[in-house]
Formats: sequence, C-alpha cells, structure tokens
Amino acid sequence: MPETDTFNAPDVIYQTEALIAEDIEAYLDVHQHKTMLRFITCGSVDDGKSTLIGRLLYDSKMIFEDQLAALEADSKRVGTQGAEIDFALLVDGLAAEREQGITIDVAYRFFSTEKRKFIVADCPGHEQYTRNMVTGASTADLAVILIDARKGVLTQTRRHSYLAHLIGIRHIVLAVNKMDLIGYDQARYDAIVTDYAAFASSIGIETFTAMPISGFKGDNITSPSPNTPWYAGPTLMAHLETVEVNTAAEAARPFRMPVQWVNRPNLDFRGFSGLIANGIVKPGDAVRVLPSGKTSTVTRVVTLDGDLEQAGAGQSVTLCLADEIDCSRGDVLSAADAPPEVADQFEASLVWMADEPMVPGRAYWLKLASQTVSVTVSQPKCTINVNTMERLAAKTLELNAIGIAEITTDKPVVFEAYGESRSLGGFILIDKISNATVAAGMLNFSLRRAQNVHWQALDITREAHARLKNQSPSVLWFTGLSGSGKSTIANLVEKKLHAAGKHTFLLDGDNVRHGLNKDLGFTETDRIENIRRVGEVAKLMTDAGLIVLTAFISPFRAEREMVRALLPEGEFYEVYVDTPLEEAERRDVKGLYKKARSGALKNFTGIDSPYEAPERPEIRVDTLRETPEAAAERIVALITGEWMPVI
Amino acid sequence: MSDLTNKSTLTHLQRLEAEAIHIMREVVAEATNPVMLYSVGKDSAVMLHLARKAFYPSPPPFPLLHVDTTWKFKDMYALRERMAAESGMELLVYQNPEAMERGINPFDHGALHTDMWKTEGLKQALDKYGFDAAFGGARRDEEKSRAKERIFSFRTASHGWDPKNQRPELWNIYNARKNKGESIRVFPISNWTELDIWQYIHLNDVPIVPLYFAAVRPTFEWEGGLFMADDLPRLEKVLGYKPEITDRSIRFRTLGCFPLTGAVESTAATLTDVIQETLLTTTSERQGRVIDKDAGGAGMEVKKQQGYF
Repeated sequence: MPETDTFNAPDVIYQTEALIAEDIEAYLDVHQHKTMLRFITCGSVDDGKSTLIGRLLYDSKMIFEDQLAALEADSKRVGTQGAEIDFALLVDGLAAEREQGITIDVAYRFFSTEKRKFIVADCPGHEQYTRNMVTGASTADLAVILIDARKGVLTQTRRHSYLAHLIGIRHIVLAVNKMDLIGYDQARYDAIVTDYAAFASSIGIETFTAMPISGFKGDNITSPSPNTPWYAGPTLMAHLETVEVNTAAEAARPFRMPVQWVNRPNLDFRGFSGLIANGIVKPGDAVRVLPSGKTSTVTRVVTLDGDLEQAGAGQSVTLCLADEIDCSRGDVLSAADAPPEVADQFEASLVWMADEPMVPGRAYWLKLASQTVSVTVSQPKCTINVNTMERLAAKTLELNAIGIAEITTDKPVVFEAYGESRSLGGFILIDKISNATVAAGMLNFSLRRAQNVHWQALDITREAHARLKNQSPSVLWFTGLSGSGKSTIANLVEKKLHAAGKHTFLLDGDNVRHGLNKDLGFTETDRIENIRRVGEVAKLMTDAGLIVLTAFISPFRAEREMVRALLPEGEFYEVYVDTPLEEAERRDVKGLYKKARSGALKNFTGIDSPYEAPERPEIRVDTLRETPEAAAERIVALITGEWMPVI
Repeated sequence: MSDLTNKSTLTHLQRLEAEAIHIMREVVAEATNPVMLYSVGKDSAVMLHLARKAFYPSPPPFPLLHVDTTWKFKDMYALRERMAAESGMELLVYQNPEAMERGINPFDHGALHTDMWKTEGLKQALDKYGFDAAFGGARRDEEKSRAKERIFSFRTASHGWDPKNQRPELWNIYNARKNKGESIRVFPISNWTELDIWQYIHLNDVPIVPLYFAAVRPTFEWEGGLFMADDLPRLEKVLGYKPEITDRSIRFRTLGCFPLTGAVESTAATLTDVIQETLLTTTSERQGRVIDKDAGGAGMEVKKQQGYF
C-alpha cells in the first residue's frame, strides 16, 4: 500500500518557496552564489540507483506536475513498484532501457537546493558498462556507492569503488540502501560498513562517509529519519551540500592553462584563450610557455565584461602577454617558476572502451587537454581484474579492460601526473581510421629513458648523402595481397632504376623475416611490429640517400600511414598492387592459399585476416589489365620524371 | 558576471559559463566549418551571448543559422535581425523551398509541419552550406532522451543519431574527429537548467524576445490550448474561419512557431517576475509544446533518430 506520508516533501527544501513568493530579489541573490557539485551514483542493477535519483529530484521539487502525472501513468503501466510511484522511470530515459528495466548509458540529471546545484550522472551497473561508468566518473567530485542492505558488499560494490578511486574521485559515500527492508537493523548496517572499510583501505581509499538510507521511503535523504535514531551522521543531501568541490583544490596549485585558441581579431591584439586548469593568474605574473620554455609576463586578463584583476582554476579567459613569443594551440601557459613536465614516454593506466581490442604497436591519436599527438601503446604490463583487484599478465586490452602500459608519443607532451591534475594527466586515445574514442587514460609518470636518450647531431646530413648519389631519396611502398605481384613488380622496378644509375635497395617481406624479423609471427600485433621495423629501416636507408623499395602485404592502413608519417612529405609512395582475391588465390604461387583454406595456416590475409586497401595510393597497379613489365615502366617513368636531379 | 574572482570556489553559473566557452573554442579549433543554430529563443540567446564571450574581442568566428518555418512570431524576427547586427556575425536564414511551395502549415499538416520545415529544413541547410559542426541550444533537463545525449553528438551522413552507440565523453576532452560525411551537433549548454538560463539572463542582461514577458495580447483557443494571434489575416486564411479573439495578459515559456506554442496566462511583466513565476510553477517547460508527445513516451528520441535537432 502506498504510504502517502513518505512522499511529503521535507521542510528543508520547501522553506525557500516562501522566499520566492515574498522576496524574489533576495532569493536570486542567494541562488546566484550557489556552488556546483557533480556526482555519480553507482551500484548494481537492483540497488536502487534510479529510485534514489528520482527521490532526490522529487524531494528537491524538480519534478513538475505534468511529469508526475505521466510518471504515475507509466508506473501503473510498466512500473515495478506495484501501485506506488516508480521513481526509476523518471531517470531511465532511452526507450530500450524502459523496456528492459536496466540503465544502459549515463544519464545526467539536475537538481538544486539553496546551497548548491547538483549534476548527477546515473551510471550503469553491469560489468559490460564499465566504460559508461568511467565516463560518468571522469567529471565527478563525489561518488555515491549504493549497497542493498540485504545483500551487503558485493563484487559490483568492489568494482565500482575501485573505478571511482582509479578515476580520482576523492569523496566516496557508502549509501546502505533499502534499510526499510531489513527493519532499520543497526547491527546489520554496522557489519556492512566494517566489511566495506576493510576493502576500501586495501585499494587505497583513505576515507569514506557511510549512511543508512532508503531511496524508496526517503529515510535520511533530506531529513534525519526517525527510523534510525542510532545514526548521528548527516543526511545524504546535507552531505552533498557541504562537501568540498574540486575547483577549490585546483585553484591552490601552480598556474596552468592549456591554450585552446589564439585570438587575433586585428594586428593590435593577440590573446591566448583557454580554460585555466590549475592555480590563479593576474597581470604582472611571469609565465612560461611549454614545451618551448620561453617566458613572458601577463599583461591583461581579457573578458567581454572587462579585464579581470585575477582569474583562477575553472575559468575560461583570454590572456595577453608582454612579448611576441611563439605560442599556439596545444601549448601550455604555466607559472614561470613551477612549470609542468615535458616528456614523450609515459606509464599510463588505460580503460579500454572499444569493441575492437587494443593493438600494441599500432599508432593512435592521443588527446590531452588541447594537445593531439600520435602515439603507440606497448603491450600491457598487466591488466587488473576489477572484481578481485588481481593483476594479470595480458597481451592486449579488451573492451572494458583496465591495464597499465607504456605510451610513446611522436613529439613531447606537456603533462602532470593524473593524481596531481585531471586536466593535464587525463587523456583519450582515438582510433586513426574509425575516429572512435577507444580508451581513457591516466598518465602515471614519465619514463626516465625519455629524458636520457638524446638525438646525436651528425655532420654528414641526409641531404649530403643524397647529393653525393645525385638523387632524391624515397620509399616505394608496395602493398597488396599475398601473390598479388608485389615482389615481381618491385624487382623489375629496381632493375630499371639500377640500370639508370640509381642507388636502390629492395626490402622483401620474406627475406626480412629470415633475419631482422625472424622473432615475429603473423598475429595482428606481430604484423604491426614487422611493419614498424621495416619502416624504421627504410627511413634509415633514405637518410643514407637510397631509394628504397619494399614489398610487404602490410594489410593495415594504420601502419602504412605510420610509415608515411616517419618520412618527410613527398618521400613516401604507396604503390597498391591491386589483384582481386580470387585471382591471387588462383595463381597461388607459393601454395599458401591452399594451406590457409585447409586451416593449416592461420591469420592469412584475405582469408581469416583482413586487408585494408589504400584509399588514396600514389600509384595503383591493376594486374588484371597491366603486365608487370608495363607497370614497372610506368612506375619508373612516374618517379624518375619527378626525381630529376636538383641542379 | 564581472565579479568572477577572489573566491576560491566558483559559483554554479561561473562553472557552466566556463564549460560552455571551453566547448565552443574546442569546436572552432577543430572543426572546419562550424555554425551556430539560432532559434531566437531564450536558450539561443544565452548560447549566442556565451559565444560572444568565448571569442571576445573577436566576433564569434562562425555564422548564425536560423532554420525558419515562416511561422515564427514577429517579435522573434525583429530580435533576430538586431542580434545579428550587434554580434557582428553573418546571419543565414534557410526556409525549406518544398515546404514553402506546398504551403505546409501547423494547422493543416500537424507533425508534417515540424518534419518539413524544421527536420528537413535543417538537414537541407547543413548540406547546402557544408557545415561539419552545428551548435545547438538543447539542454539535458528538457527531455528524457536529451539527458543521455553527449555534448559532441555525431550524426551520420543522412543526419541520423544512434543513441546506443555514442562515443564515450571523458573529462572535458572532446573528440571532434569525424568520418567522411559525418557531422557533429554540439550542445554547449547541455548542463544548464531552465532556472540557470533565467538567472544568467538576469545577471548578464541578455536580450530576449519580449514575448517571454506578460502583456495584454490578442489570443484565441484552438484544440484545447491558448494561442496568440500574431498574424490574424494569415491565421484566418489557413484556418478558413475567423477565430474568436480575446485580449488576455499572457506570456510564453518557450517560443517556437506561433500556432504550435501555447501561451500561459500571466502577469509576470519583468524578468524577476518571470523567474518568480517559473520557480513557483508546477508545470514543466515543454508542456506547451506539442512535439514531445508524438509517438508515445519516446517522442523526442524518435524525432532525433530521424534528424530533428
């Protein structure tokens, strides 16, 4: 039976209504000084998260009458609470979720009291939605971990606590929910809290706040419950209203502002726009631009409302500097005497978010603040079982896996450890082909060798090598299916170039695997490492002034692009030897297709491993229409035409 | 909000403002051809004001696009022209020629009116100008499916939205990379509520359409709602009869096409009166809109999958 008195709104929220009616100006004055707290609620499917959020919205008067009428109707139609209002229906927004009765995605809800505005991210409980929980947690100041009082600390409780801690949430609330269903039993509550405390300290959570509640009945949500006279702590709402928010802590740290955009309306104004990540800044402050290390002085803090005397963490501003120094998007303005680190190799914690597993060695984009760089990720040092906290060996990271790996960037990145700064330590990885966000990462520290290995400047430059050979170095990268004719054509091209007096070298797939790459197999990871090494060797050979020809299946677009990026613009020619699979299989020069079809050969390109054709190759050879000899003629003509010796 | 400083903790509006500005700058830095969708309503007004703040002293480096249905209130057209001039931004107005030719209107065509003028009109306009990122003033508190939409929300080449396959959005790092033909809808004021919007307008003197304030206006009743007779001759022509006009003190909580936007009887003639009324009201904001209720509980989600903003 519905107990209507439990739905009565508590006084603490509604006393403001009188103020609104009597003195709106006074009310607005109070409300424009509100702060904002972002938090997440997490727990397993039946712990009552959505009900709790629905309750908070209801008790803070964020549900309007027409929504309430719709809610009552929906409750009767698909609700799970019999005749009572099913608050979860307010929160579970997507149609699929309403049907299945589970929360799939992160939903953001808003409510407000006299002291604060709240943004709550309702995160899904299932293990397959770990990525969604991490997403919701990344912007949160606080996490409410719900426990069903009847069930106590479960695997999900541990997983969510671990993730909340991993993502750096400093305030954890342990909400022991459904107290009404255990008769508000203090002994049971104490046992759960003790149990959780032991676990929390084992994973490094130093403090948490526990409270006995019922989202359904409203106990200890906004007013102290008469049902738990033994509980002397704050109500959930009172705690949410008073806990310290992140921006306060961020303002106390040294100044950092990643530059988003250079503001140049005319020749007389040049400002650097960004969101201040940490610290405060005012005119006269000495600042350092990283990674260049140049210094200058702040002259103005510009906003539409007039120049500011000072600005701090969390504000979006435009800064003017005293000197015309080089500074653009991706650079970080920082306190001159306390700059952040710059490095190109890191250890990072990764949460994998894509269906396609991580590929060690493959190039991804990394975006950190306003910096975007190309990176490769090593094979993980370990993954963490989020249910048991065990560290396990792993070759890759699958969807929802959490692991630790080394990251190498193609140019220096300005950063701070994630534990110090979310803004300069948190990053995402982006797949270069699909453009999907595939991972969330947290930089732990830079690797020393990044600082200890230096580039040795040499007197004989690559230009000097090339000049002596009277040619422009380049790489002719032949790609195509096994048996497509890559080696045959490459061999003919090299003979013709050699006859023309060019200094060349042909790197052949099979030959390289007899020596340099004989430790590599044919898994996706090994194929990528194979191509990476060949790319690096080809690059060294062009530094020596050679024209390099390579004949490798090189099935993945991402790796061919990685090699292209190694070389100066215009020195990489992608030659796509385009032979249809049926034709290559018909030829089957080495008998490999037969083996692959019989299952004797695994990971064979075209059969059980994909080939990603080039989208814009410099040269395409259609072997059904062009003989190897004619193709070689054409390639030589094309490149020697462009390679006339520079006089 | 000139007094941004000297407090260790920012107010909620300061944080929301900083977030919106950060989002807009990211889009300008990473998109090739951004545009701001401008509907002339109060949310658009705040979004435009934030854009002016984000890029000051430069004017916002993108045009305003108004997807017009020809059925907006006269006051809206007037404010539109004024704001374009004040902001120094280019104003693009797009009207779906097919809807124009077929005389699509809210009385005879119901849902088709929204579909043709707004959904189709928006798609056509984005395609015509080749915009790859469009700012919209939607808020997550408006409607249940909006609550789950990302700030950077991707649309396929045919402008479809796949709610179950959204990119994870972490911290304040936005992945603006898109595949060929894809475009992005960006919602810089996702995390604002109706009250936040009103408070921000109040604190920043953001110009809004006078229709938000109560005044005695000519009204008529139609299909159970109260509407304003903004253009009586045209109304008569489309309705086929002369509606009974009564002068009432009314205002609007949201503004769309005048025959689709219900008025509320009110005497709230100043901004503080309006805020007061909003806070004391017990009916949610979109209740005056017809669009949400189509297709049962999932109205807006279905519309967005089809390309409605």
